[in-house]
Amino acid sequence: MPENISIRIDGEYVPAQEGQTILEVARAGGKYIPTLCWLAGISSVGACRLCIVEVSGVGRLLPACTTPVQDGMSVTTNSEKLKQYRKIAIEFLFSERNHQCAVCVSNNHCELQAMAQRLGVTSVRYPYAYPKLAVDVSHPRFVLDHNRCILCTRCVRVCAEVEGAHVWDVSSRGIRSMVVCDMNRPWAQSSSCTNCGKCVQVCPTGALAEKGFAVDEMVKQDRNVSRLTGRRGGHS
Amino acid sequence: MIKKVRLATVWLDGCSGCHMSLLDIDEAILAIAKRVDVVYGPLVDAQEFPKQVDVTLIEGAVSSQDDLEKVHTIRRWSKLVVALGDCAVTGNVPAMRNSHPARKMLERIYVEGVQTGRGVPVDGVPALLRQAVPVHEVIKVDLHIPGCPPSPAAIAYALGELVEGRMPEMASKVKFG
Repeated sequence: MPENISIRIDGEYVPAQEGQTILEVARAGGKYIPTLCWLAGISSVGACRLCIVEVSGVGRLLPACTTPVQDGMSVTTNSEKLKQYRKIAIEFLFSERNHQCAVCVSNNHCELQAMAQRLGVTSVRYPYAYPKLAVDVSHPRFVLDHNRCILCTRCVRVCAEVEGAHVWDVSSRGIRSMVVCDMNRPWAQSSSCTNCGKCVQVCPTGALAEKGFAVDEMVKQDRNVSRLTGRRGGHS
Repeated sequence: MIKKVRLATVWLDGCSGCHMSLLDIDEAILAIAKRVDVVYGPLVDAQEFPKQVDVTLIEGAVSSQDDLEKVHTIRRWSKLVVALGDCAVTGNVPAMRNSHPARKMLERIYVEGVQTGRGVPVDGVPALLRQAVPVHEVIKVDLHIPGCPPSPAAIAYALGELVEGRMPEMASKVKFG
């Protein structure tokens, strides 16, 4: 039995259990912490840095999705400092790749776009990188557009953990990081892909999409994946 | 009588959709028209950018030598510069050429892309910059109104505040795309 502990979130005492993350406890207590790479039912990696929180006594900001709670912990989820850093995180995501929302299949259904709006980002203060990136259209049903990828790795995790195929991985490091299929092959030549489409449905942006959709038309069904993992007894 | 706000609008590398959205604010345009003098832009006949402008709305990315000179002139003579729409705010569609050399893009369109042609046009058109960039990468921008185009409601609200001498708070009213 995990031990019951108590932590404070924004000054309020909330019940928690040892082994839970700050994000889990906050969500259970009805506290909103913004997330982008996190998805119910799959592992957490703290890639997007949007769920950063302040923990008193700790000098740096910690991602709520991967930080376990400790008895007596005091967490701040929504200070001016956090708002500023979250905006910076979003602006970096926009500046690193080519996100033309207006001509994207996921326009108006995109978690990155919605998060920018939610956090009040109306411009990007950093120079855009304009990288030259490929679009993999080899798969008969799906498209991988690296221009829209934010490297959240939801696709990597859902494929490995839920579908069990582990088609996707991240190659290279830093700004050169890239989602790759089967040790860097065109998607159509993958020998491990089951064509299930889970990666497409959980992708928060237009990086992974179904073919045959125009601007605005790609609506993702990521709840199906969360429902599936919930039924399997995973945490949702 | 209240002094009118001297308003300029400018169309750089964009599709004019933001100007369309500006004209699409329904009856709100009547109240705003009473409060502004449109001193420059595609909607009026002024040839040169005037000195002493209160508010300038810029549509489009900074994409050519001419755009570059224009935005510096605009900044020099405008009290407030507003980036109107995604091209001015983010680069948007005009910036999609940025990962390719401008010369290659022009040749693809005007040489490879046509059966018979006179090559890449050079007379009477300004040279393209290496990249099309958002306005704030070149000059200081005081207000960003993203959107492709920004909604008429967002534009009407922003202009309504600006003519009253207030700085509009756009964060909750706009989005990219």
